[in-house]
Amino acid sequence: MKLQKNVAVSEAGLLFNPVTGESFSVNPIGVEVLNLIRADKSPEQISNAILEKYSTDQVTFEQDYNDFVSILEHHNLLDRHEETKA
Amino acid sequence: MKKRKLNIAVTGLNAIDSPGPGVSVIRALREAASFDVNIIGLSYESLEPGIYMHDIVDRTYSIPYPVAGTDTLLARMEYIHGKEQLDVIIPNFDAELYPFIKLEAKLRTMGIHMFLPTMHQFEERHKVNLNDFGKKYNISVPKSKVIYDLNTVHSLPSEFSFPMIVKGKFYDASIAYSIEQVKSYFNKISAKWGLPIIIQEFIHGTEFNVTGLGDGKGNTIAAVPMRKQYITDKGKAWGGISISDEKMLDMTRKFLKNTKWRGGFELELMKNKDGELYLLEINPRLPAWIYLAVGVGQNIPEALVNLAMGEKVKPFATYDVGKMFIRYAWDMIVDREEFEQISVYGEL
Repeated sequence: MKLQKNVAVSEAGLLFNPVTGESFSVNPIGVEVLNLIRADKSPEQISNAILEKYSTDQVTFEQDYNDFVSILEHHNLLDRHEETKA
Repeated sequence: MKKRKLNIAVTGLNAIDSPGPGVSVIRALREAASFDVNIIGLSYESLEPGIYMHDIVDRTYSIPYPVAGTDTLLARMEYIHGKEQLDVIIPNFDAELYPFIKLEAKLRTMGIHMFLPTMHQFEERHKVNLNDFGKKYNISVPKSKVIYDLNTVHSLPSEFSFPMIVKGKFYDASIAYSIEQVKSYFNKISAKWGLPIIIQEFIHGTEFNVTGLGDGKGNTIAAVPMRKQYITDKGKAWGGISISDEKMLDMTRKFLKNTKWRGGFELELMKNKDGELYLLEINPRLPAWIYLAVGVGQNIPEALVNLAMGEKVKPFATYDVGKMFIRYAWDMIVDREEFEQISVYGEL
């Protein structure tokens, strides 16, 4: 799973799709997750990174992560055809 | 090196809630790298705000409405030319393009240059002819029908589903959800802009615009797509952002290549949820948001003037993506004497 090519994510959490002109704001953890997706990390690696840093459990994180990913998909921000390298 | 100075006349000074492009075009011309300008505003009404923007417009002359005919317009332009030695005119209204296109050759003999679509291009892209245009150039357009008579409205539901768009031949469009609304918009729009009225299939989706410039030989000199971010109740963009959609740019290049379009233009596009693009309208002139194109690196009005002056213009290769324009309203304080001057003498 990858973000669509050219989708820009600012440090402040503004996500801009240059093809459609849409922009979205995400919270700081959203930015971290997006950066991990951009770094070609697998869902398992992303889960481990977040669980290591924040006091949450795996079930809660996975629920939130899946919700987040489906929102990204809904707005055509993900490129599902790209294979994850990791 | 000292830049040459051009006397350029510009219409569309009505920087109102449904703005004419004039003020934006002039801002672009004042930032031109290849020439300096003396701007002569051409106005139709005494309350067009651009008339009173003295840092934008150097002098303004009123001109007759197109309905007065080309002879009356020519006589007025001869008078203005006698005073200002015009080099270029940039007409910015759809409704005035017809007389200016008709006068183009005559004005050229006087030393006044324009860079307008040909009469054939102007007529062919007319929204009345959009179905045929789409077929001829293999561009997706919404189904549309031209109607002249209110009595034919009752047969529309057999051809179109609700909602449908009711459009004027030059301006105005409303979404109708019932026959009663179609009738009401038919009367309202035809009273303002005349007949015919165009009924158009409603495409659900997101609206985009592309502005650009064709050199009349099929080449794309400039093209900048924009997504409307803030739309007024008149459907005008009050804010927008430059985007990079290859499909839109391809459609634009195809339009310019196939029609050999000459001059500035604006394509109104709708993208449905499956990502399919429909061409809703071709405006045969620069749009009011043209200054965004300047802001992202394509000074289209400058390039248009250089083409009008017969110079070779290199196509723009890039533009900045993700730059926004946000329009604003500004109250000017104007002395009554200025209003009198333009109202009574037609010059300011």
